Amino acid sequence: MAGPAGLLRTALYRQHVELGARTVPFAGWEMPVQYQGIVAEHRAVRTAAGLFDVSHMGEIRVTGPGALATLDRVLCNDPRRLGVGQALYTPMCREDGGVVDDLVVLRLGEQDFLLVVNASRREVDVRWVQDHAVDCEVRDESLRTSLLALQGPRAQELLQPLTEFDLAVLPRFHVSPPVVVAGVQAVVSRTGYTGEDGFEIFTAWADAQPVWDALVQAGAAPCGLGARDTLRLEAGYLLYGQDMDESTTPLEAGLVWTVKLEGREFVGAAALRQQRQEGVRRRLCGLVLEGRAIARTGCGVRHGGQAVGRVTSGTFGPWVQRSIALAYLPVGLAQAGTRVEVEVRGQAVPAQVTKLPFYRRGPAGRV
Amino acid sequence: MYPEDYRYSTEHEWAKREDGKVRVGITRFAADRLTDVVYVELPQVGSQVRYMHPFGVVESVKAASELYAPVSGRVVEVNERLRDHPELVNQDPHGEGWMIVVEMSDPSELDRLMDAQAYRQHIGEA
Repeated sequence: MAGPAGLLRTALYRQHVELGARTVPFAGWEMPVQYQGIVAEHRAVRTAAGLFDVSHMGEIRVTGPGALATLDRVLCNDPRRLGVGQALYTPMCREDGGVVDDLVVLRLGEQDFLLVVNASRREVDVRWVQDHAVDCEVRDESLRTSLLALQGPRAQELLQPLTEFDLAVLPRFHVSPPVVVAGVQAVVSRTGYTGEDGFEIFTAWADAQPVWDALVQAGAAPCGLGARDTLRLEAGYLLYGQDMDESTTPLEAGLVWTVKLEGREFVGAAALRQQRQEGVRRRLCGLVLEGRAIARTGCGVRHGGQAVGRVTSGTFGPWVQRSIALAYLPVGLAQAGTRVEVEVRGQAVPAQVTKLPFYRRGPAGRV
Repeated sequence: MYPEDYRYSTEHEWAKREDGKVRVGITRFAADRLTDVVYVELPQVGSQVRYMHPFGVVESVKAASELYAPVSGRVVEVNERLRDHPELVNQDPHGEGWMIVVEMSDPSELDRLMDAQAYRQHIGEA
């Protein structure tokens, strides 16, 4: 499983090499960053279908009579709202409201939950949930789980022939029961990180290849972490470690819709309740820069000659064809239309605060 | 792959002599390593560039890299097409993806650059 540099490799490493992937170290894994090119892969996902091996993501299984109560205690969003077969995006916070990680929780059974977490935070998350666990079992299943993401308007059309399960009845943020996909046992969720319709397919570690091969053969474009990053940024999704971390709260990160405070006492609720009452001082904002220069992570943001914040993520959006970025700004400036300047290589590039997301798919892609 | 009549810098720029002027771009090797170019920042016509000093920046989705002038002199032409079509750098790095034309102040600098064979060795493609 480990390569020469001590980096972990997914079960599909050889397929990636054969497909011409360029790989990079990412959170302890040797991962494909691109195959044919980031822009072409980005376009494939916006117009047809792209396939990502995201087996580096962590999977934490929480089972037992106390599973729901335990998650109710550690997650900002309310897992009690989940029926079996549903999924939810949520931050997980410290007592002071700082974000431990952001994750998707899948309810696989009455007392059976799966947390899909960032690779970089897997070990921290496992310990965190274990430390708060009451009457349930918390297992790290990351290294025996492969995860593929099939994303794009043609995702359903490409996946449907591989399974007897009717994907048309699976709404967004819903999860299939155990099904067979390309001859192997799998669980399919209608989730993703690209702003398009799409599915994530969980299999046993060694079972990923038939699914991968069949989808590539069907015409899905293999996509790397490069396109994953440009797609998520256009769609306004945050990246843990860049756009939020333990020093930021979900309220500052614009995730207020995931923080369910009413009648709940999860870890961090008191701090977040207080912050909501007092009002946040800064908020994560979208920026659109003039021209094509790219605001990179760490670039300073100025307003009226004063330093007011820093860019957390930035790229040239291959689909929106704009230089886009995220930055924390004082609330007074965190309104669409506010003009600021971003320091790119010593030059002040004019930019405008914009509503997120930068990209929203059309009604044709709705499910 | 690497034209025989071009000269090459260690920083992966090429220089093509056209009378007393030199056309400048980046090599196929550099363009492939950069991945998709989305922005090229070039100097203004009339500005001065110096041998192996930065004259511009090329940005891909993943990173920004400086461009180094393979010769000294005055910029007499800039590839304006790159403003809206930076992808030309990837598609045709040794042709349509050229960046600037420089009126050389010291033609002997060309002798300090590599020929195609030396460049292929430099990048391990000999």
